[in-house]
Amino acid sequence: MHHRAEKQPGFRKSGFGLLQISWLLLLVLATSCTKQTTGITEISLWALGAEGENVQYLLDDFYKQYPDIRVKVQMVPWTAAQEKLITSYASNNLPDVFQIGNTWIPQFAMLKAITPLNDFLPASSLSAEDYFPGIWQTNLLDTLVYGIPWYIDTRVMFYRTDLLHDVGWERPPQNWDELLRLSQQLRQHFGKKEKYALYLPTNEWASFVIFGLQNGAGLLGENNSFGHFSDPRFESAFSYLMQYHQQGLAPLGISQVTNVYQALADTFIVMYLSGPWNVREFKNWMKGDLADKWMTAPLPGPDSTYPGLSLAGGSSLVINQESGHKKAAWQFIEFLSQTETQLKFYKLVNDLPSRRAAWDDPLLRNDPYMAAFYQQFYHVAPTPKVPEWEQIAFSLIQRYAEFAARGVYPVDECLRRLDLEVDRVLEKRRWMLAMETKE
Amino acid sequence: MKQYSNRHIFFFLSPALSAIFIFFFIPVIIAFILSFTDFDIYSLAEFSRLRFVGFTNYRILLADNIFWQALLNTFYFVFLATPLSIGASLSMALLINLRLLKFKSFFRLSFFIPVITTLVAVAIVWRFIYNPRFGLINYFLSLIHLPAVDWLGDPFWAMPAIILMSVWKSFGYNMIIFLAGLQSIPENLYEAANVEGASSWQTFRYVTLPMLRPTMVFVGLMTLIGSFQIFAEPYIMTQGGPLNKTLTIVQYMYESGFRWWRMGYSAALAFILFTIILLFTLVQLQIRKRLSA
Repeated sequence: MHHRAEKQPGFRKSGFGLLQISWLLLLVLATSCTKQTTGITEISLWALGAEGENVQYLLDDFYKQYPDIRVKVQMVPWTAAQEKLITSYASNNLPDVFQIGNTWIPQFAMLKAITPLNDFLPASSLSAEDYFPGIWQTNLLDTLVYGIPWYIDTRVMFYRTDLLHDVGWERPPQNWDELLRLSQQLRQHFGKKEKYALYLPTNEWASFVIFGLQNGAGLLGENNSFGHFSDPRFESAFSYLMQYHQQGLAPLGISQVTNVYQALADTFIVMYLSGPWNVREFKNWMKGDLADKWMTAPLPGPDSTYPGLSLAGGSSLVINQESGHKKAAWQFIEFLSQTETQLKFYKLVNDLPSRRAAWDDPLLRNDPYMAAFYQQFYHVAPTPKVPEWEQIAFSLIQRYAEFAARGVYPVDECLRRLDLEVDRVLEKRRWMLAMETKE
Repeated sequence: MKQYSNRHIFFFLSPALSAIFIFFFIPVIIAFILSFTDFDIYSLAEFSRLRFVGFTNYRILLADNIFWQALLNTFYFVFLATPLSIGASLSMALLINLRLLKFKSFFRLSFFIPVITTLVAVAIVWRFIYNPRFGLINYFLSLIHLPAVDWLGDPFWAMPAIILMSVWKSFGYNMIIFLAGLQSIPENLYEAANVEGASSWQTFRYVTLPMLRPTMVFVGLMTLIGSFQIFAEPYIMTQGGPLNKTLTIVQYMYESGFRWWRMGYSAALAFILFTIILLFTLVQLQIRKRLSA
């Protein structure tokens, strides 16, 4: 007894040590293998703004369909989204799936940050025919599909029905002449009061580009390597819009309208070209007596074709070129593209569904404000697909629109200078195109 | 022996020095090299698309109207905001330092609160104060029958409006430093001046001001450098508009670099700003030397 007891501790000690080590080894092995053995794939998703906050509410449904995939969501605020995504690309930290504005696709495709999805499409439930053609186009570079539209937007006209009625209009204007005539009538109707027919802020480039596109302007020329804004088609559209500023039909300073919803509620402005992101806000502001005094309408066109073109906007889902879980990522994109998921998301954040089938749902069909959007989505065009477009639009077009609106230079001089600066921005692109042809 | 002790010093300094070297000098050197390249989003994708362009960035900058406009705006801001801020903080410090004043800490606190308040919150309040239709300032103007001004939307008034807000926001910081300076002036100097029958102006001119000189140099230099780097106030209030009248050098740099990814161009801008600040600092130090000599 005594002997055993004396021996045992020593034996136990060394045995326990060995056991401990082998247990530890086993544990390490087990934990490092969990992912493979249990078959759970974790993918990361970055979504922007409101989408990023709300996409988590869709995940439960996804886990029911795909129990072996887990999604880690991170929200990125819209204001710094592009900067953050590009810096993450530079440090090789992009997530498996992420959301980008569809005008950024050329930039991320050029960086080779996102992968073409053509291989996934044939075997999938998604196809180009499910989408509005103009929107699908924005995700396409040559024949390569880089993104799947998640939600879509475009610009339509928001207007006050009561004021249009006051000056004798029972329907929204359908072409440029009507829009101008209506605005002048509203101006007369207001008399000396400081009120305006149309809100056309120079810090929103979209309107200026839309009217140019409507008029058939190419915006950029020679394989998108030169500015083409002095083109007569763009110039006449641009001068047309400048009349609104010159004739006092649109407020000049953007600081005059600190709150566009209140401005429309107070009839400081009567018409505003904007997107679906404002529908919910306008519904909130136009309450009580005002609830039935506003409507949305497709954009007027330059001639008898109605509606005129608008921009193909929205966000797409893309897959990181370096992702190790492309298949799971694609399955998640497929899930987010299901009609039911899109409708659920519409209820959560009011994002307009990209699938045309979703628009048959009574939820959208019975909303009077949505009719204009549905009609407009069949008449949308993309902006030029060059990585420099964001800079050209936000920095240059807006600057020269302000110069023209305030009469710093005449319209033709503004556009000549705009072209010069755009040419300078595109210098690198021309150099690269020249290199490619040499090779 | 001397050499040995030197080495010793470097050994103990090395953690701090290497941190400065890695996180400060190397980036600065890289930025300097970048300013001679056309580093942009294409080069980020493929390094072979990087071109050494010599002085092209600097040449384009000198021909860039927006750059000159931004430089002019920055100088406008610096030469108005710096004296205003120093004047305001010095006078407030003098007032608070008065022996007759009651509730000193209350005033000190209320003048200091803008400094520690988040700029974005401040900017939103000031945007309402400046609002052409409902703003407080235009309301006061209407009381004395003056026409309304679109403070942030008028190319002439936008910069003064930004300067006013910026001075209000920042003078409390300098005030505290001046206050510390004032309190460190020995009381017996004032007693002596009093005995000699100096007027209060003479006391200020010949006792307070000379004794405050070191504080003044520090405050002046820091405010000047800070003003040259003005960015957040106009960026939030006006985004550089109207007609680029509130666009500053740093905002232009930020936009070229981090919004449009023209890093080379942006780096060139940074070095021009650096040179300007360096020149002004040297001039100011020279003036100080003359004054104290």
